[in-house]
Amino acid sequence: MADGSILLIQVLNGVQYGLLLFLVASGLTLIFGIMGVINLAHGSFYMMGAYIAFSLTELLGNFWLAILIGIPLSVAIGLGLELLLFRRLYRRDHLYQVLLTYGLILIMEEMRSLLVGDDVHGIAIPALFDVSIRLTDTLSYPVYRLLMSAICLVMAGLMALVIQRTRFGMTIRAGADNREMVELLGIDIGLVYRIVFAAGVALAAFAGMIAAPVASVYPGMGNQILIVSFVVVVIGGIGSVKGAFLGSLLIGLADTFGQVLAPQAAGMTVYMLMAGVLLWRPAGLFGRA
Amino acid sequence: MASPTPIPRALLLIGLAALALYPIAGDVFYVQLFAKIMIFAIFAMSLDLLVGFTGLISFGHAAFFGLGAYTLMVLSPEYTAASLWLSLPLAVAVAAMAALIIGALVLRTSGVYFIMVTLAFAQMLYYFAVQSKVLGGSDGAYIYVKPDAAILGWRPFDLGNRVHFYYLVLALMIGTYALLRTVLRSLFGRVILGIRANEQRMRALGYPVFRYKLAAFALAGGLAGLAGYLEAAQYGYVNPEFFGWQESGSVLMMVILGGIGSLFGPILGAFALTLLQDFLSDEAIFHGFHKHWLLPMGIFIILAVLLLPRGIGGFALGLGRRAPEIADD
Repeated sequence: MADGSILLIQVLNGVQYGLLLFLVASGLTLIFGIMGVINLAHGSFYMMGAYIAFSLTELLGNFWLAILIGIPLSVAIGLGLELLLFRRLYRRDHLYQVLLTYGLILIMEEMRSLLVGDDVHGIAIPALFDVSIRLTDTLSYPVYRLLMSAICLVMAGLMALVIQRTRFGMTIRAGADNREMVELLGIDIGLVYRIVFAAGVALAAFAGMIAAPVASVYPGMGNQILIVSFVVVVIGGIGSVKGAFLGSLLIGLADTFGQVLAPQAAGMTVYMLMAGVLLWRPAGLFGRA
Repeated sequence: MASPTPIPRALLLIGLAALALYPIAGDVFYVQLFAKIMIFAIFAMSLDLLVGFTGLISFGHAAFFGLGAYTLMVLSPEYTAASLWLSLPLAVAVAAMAALIIGALVLRTSGVYFIMVTLAFAQMLYYFAVQSKVLGGSDGAYIYVKPDAAILGWRPFDLGNRVHFYYLVLALMIGTYALLRTVLRSLFGRVILGIRANEQRMRALGYPVFRYKLAAFALAGGLAGLAGYLEAAQYGYVNPEFFGWQESGSVLMMVILGGIGSLFGPILGAFALTLLQDFLSDEAIFHGFHKHWLLPMGIFIILAVLLLPRGIGGFALGLGRRAPEIADD
């Protein structure tokens, strides 16, 4: 049954892409939902993660070690940017948020160019996982992609646990609902902002790191994922992590199947899906109108 | 109708006179550069109609810029010229029609959704241009012969001539300014300013808010199409980057940095930003680092947001007031 195997491969690819997208989009939706900041530079954090993974793997010779160092590094960069720039955006008009984060994209892209150069790079898939599972005589599926999906699922589960089951998660949910009220209740919202922002940066960077071995590391890679993440957030509803999860999977599958079924319109399928959702529910699947 | 504050009006006239006289003695390079800047001034003014006057922050305005440009490319026969009088109105019409259709969808959303959705639609057209073989794919396409301005055998001016082209663009920029000023002073302008200030109240007063916003969106789209057409005609070349989000981003920067809600601001922003870019990417001054001109540009943008909340225009002239005064009596 070659057809069944091909279908399975496409579904696995779509789910894997969707789950990766979720890591980026969930940070984006939380940063907007809680802090009211539209962050155009979120895709640049994804790019940053991929380049950190590439540079550290070159330096240390071990991909996992690179990730282990890369995560606290991303958190630190997130905290630094919050302190330096994003803190000044909380009460300001979307217009200025768009402008400042646009400026940040330019800076990060040029920093990347100065530090690492403009070449396209690749990272070898870690040896242990550089095998494929045979599905039929001619078709097989790489184990590393399955591992990526598994890691993303664990991350999603952890996020759900933190947001639904902990006191801090309760504050996050409350903050997304009504920021002023949370502040009035005497909760240090500044601290919540700092943690959520740094976590969002780290999640996007982490996505870039684990994607680096399967997608090449190239200039401008952050912009592509940023715009697709916007589509995810619009479909899922702003501030809703559940919506981001569902939206990511929908987009992942739509994009993958779009490329197989309608190669001429590939790249447009996700936007058509978005247009459809907008017609049906302008505030997204889980958004409040 | 209060006239704009005296300083800008004087400045406007001096600037206009300088632009009108420049090609007589000016350097060819700058004649071209100023023509390009004035094209961007048209583009930026059209976006300001949305951002500054209707309160709609579009991050996908390049969609209509690109459509205007590609319409000229499609209408241009390979070895002969397209008629200016046919192709220009058609380019504007195509962009305005597309804005009507896209607007009907995106205007169902507001606030931050609107920002993201406009960006996504522009991106959709970008991919369409990348994938369409007819449109030249990711490499784009050349327009070998510039549009012909002949009417019944009489040719009032020649677009192949840089100075002629310069004056056409100058005239169209002034025309766009005058058109938008007239529109904003009309009842229509009052209504969209009202929507910007308080949409609920306008709705309660019985105005069909959605239709007004859609009309503003279509008008802005049409004028962006005009700018795109001119840009394609100037360089004889189109590529998918015309739809690109960098294009949307830089025109939005021109509007915000120039000072939103004044038609003069975007013109100022177009000049300031393009000249800054020209300076920062000058190899003779920055020796090698000019390739990284986006780095100082990014720093400049961030500093401008942090230090000059009302834009360059607002900073220099007290222009970019939150409540636009152009339509005040």
